[in-house]
Amino acid sequence: MSIVIKGKVWKFGGHINTDYMAPSFSKELPWEEQKKTILHVHKEFVARHQPGDVIVAGDNFGCGSSRESAPTNLKRLGIGCVVAESFGRIFFRNSIAIAFPVLVCEGVSQAFLEGEELELDFAAAVVRNLSQGKELKGMPLSGDLVNIVAAGGILSLLSSQAQA
Amino acid sequence: MGMTMAEKILARASGRDKVVPGEYVTATVDVIMGHDGTFPRAYELMKENGFNKIKHPEKMVVVADHRVPATNVAAAETHRKMREYVREQGIENFYDAGSGICHVVLPEKGHALPGRLIVGGDSHTTTYGALGAASTGIGSSELAYSMIKGELWFRVPETIKFLLKGELDKGVTPKDIQLKIAGTHSAEVAQYKAVEHTGPAATALSVDERMTLSNMGIEIGAKFSFFAADEKTLAYLKERTSEQVEPFGPDEDAAYLAVYEMDVSGLEPQVALPHNVDNVKPVGEVGEILVHQAFLGSCTNARTEDLEAAAALIKGHTVSPWTRLLVIPGSHEIFLNLTKSGAIQTFLEAGAMIGTPGCGPCGGGHMGILAPGENAVTCTNRNFKGRMGSPESFVHLASPVTVAASAIEGKITDPRKYLT
Repeated sequence: MSIVIKGKVWKFGGHINTDYMAPSFSKELPWEEQKKTILHVHKEFVARHQPGDVIVAGDNFGCGSSRESAPTNLKRLGIGCVVAESFGRIFFRNSIAIAFPVLVCEGVSQAFLEGEELELDFAAAVVRNLSQGKELKGMPLSGDLVNIVAAGGILSLLSSQAQA
Repeated sequence: MGMTMAEKILARASGRDKVVPGEYVTATVDVIMGHDGTFPRAYELMKENGFNKIKHPEKMVVVADHRVPATNVAAAETHRKMREYVREQGIENFYDAGSGICHVVLPEKGHALPGRLIVGGDSHTTTYGALGAASTGIGSSELAYSMIKGELWFRVPETIKFLLKGELDKGVTPKDIQLKIAGTHSAEVAQYKAVEHTGPAATALSVDERMTLSNMGIEIGAKFSFFAADEKTLAYLKERTSEQVEPFGPDEDAAYLAVYEMDVSGLEPQVALPHNVDNVKPVGEVGEILVHQAFLGSCTNARTEDLEAAAALIKGHTVSPWTRLLVIPGSHEIFLNLTKSGAIQTFLEAGAMIGTPGCGPCGGGHMGILAPGENAVTCTNRNFKGRMGSPESFVHLASPVTVAASAIEGKITDPRKYLT
């Protein structure tokens, strides 16, 4: 199963926590208002991101709370994937569980400038900088985890198994 | 080669004789915890995917703690539906609004036992490692999956050890140890790993104190954050469970990825400055930081010993006129303890507000939200931008006694000057 994502890069530094992706101060606002607060620490991103864009980040992306609304909100904004130096472990699991592609890739934050084109071959764990013609190898996931993403998430997978 | 605590529990729960770090296993979970923030989404996801029955209702523990008493109509409706679902599914371990914070209640009520594998829809589920349980946080989809299947996948983590030596000075607490660890080794020293706390300064800690360290394991990235279950653990659990509880720890020849030694003697009270948990300085080096709100509460530091120590410090003093002191006991049991001991009266006489047991403003839910430009000093676990209210407010993490001393002076203050 091949999952390939291509998009324009937004860059984030280290320790971007899940409170920033799903802030409690905006959680009860209508989605159009909430949207303006997602990843509020990067003002350009908030103002100009488009569906199909992707995120390249430093260490510990998604640290903090277990709120699944963090990856869900990114997915709902239309973000295609996150490639980071490392992830907070619950965010990482949640992303796999809701079929939002995430990849650990050492050196990725040095390999991209904001606005460049990224291509991720998720199952192969290969990241390409199409603007510079460079390729990086990330940390491959086990086949079972790739299957969860391919199936549309852990509950979709379970549901299709139950019907089979 | 022997096994660490994490390896022993994951081997047992996946039906293997031995597991090694890096392996993926499917393990049967012993306890599944959900609260009003994550559990409703989990059972909605179950229903959306065609699953109507929790496999083991007897393994479930459900707590209403995040928005209690109900903050608005939406929260009230969530709570009402949650109660209906709990009854429909036959979940007996349900702790409704006012019972306390999940991570305080589960140990108190004997659900967090040594050697158990526990998953919870909350990142601070690492708390139960203080009692020797392998416990970790998951999101709502995986909570739903665990409820349906009674099992979940795990990667067997490497284990690192914090070897704690020496003796804490008066006025210096386990919170200060944890902040020092984060400040020294970063907020991801334990990323994807299990932590074991050992050494004389670890075994010297009470069970309440151990829970502060295990609770904040997640703030350094840990999957599990253990203390070996010893005679103190057994004494704590004696009145709380009818199950036979044994001491539990790692094998003597277990393998560790790294060992970090720390001498806690001479450690100063620590403060994590905005907006990261590892942005840590000794209290004497933070300069003059005015405090608009001081908060004593949360799953990290609102247990009986925490709040008794804060009350003892504040006794006979009053809260600074331009500072608000908010006290939220971690559970109903703790509230009762503090009422009987006189600590609640002490807080009230000092000018504090007392809230219903629950999470309060720690996660920005309610009961003490910060305005733009305000500073808080709090014994909670996270100081992320916007965590407790406005993204233009500033959260400083410290121990309960540092919070109490700071409330008296209206600025961040070394508690030791009140403890001579």
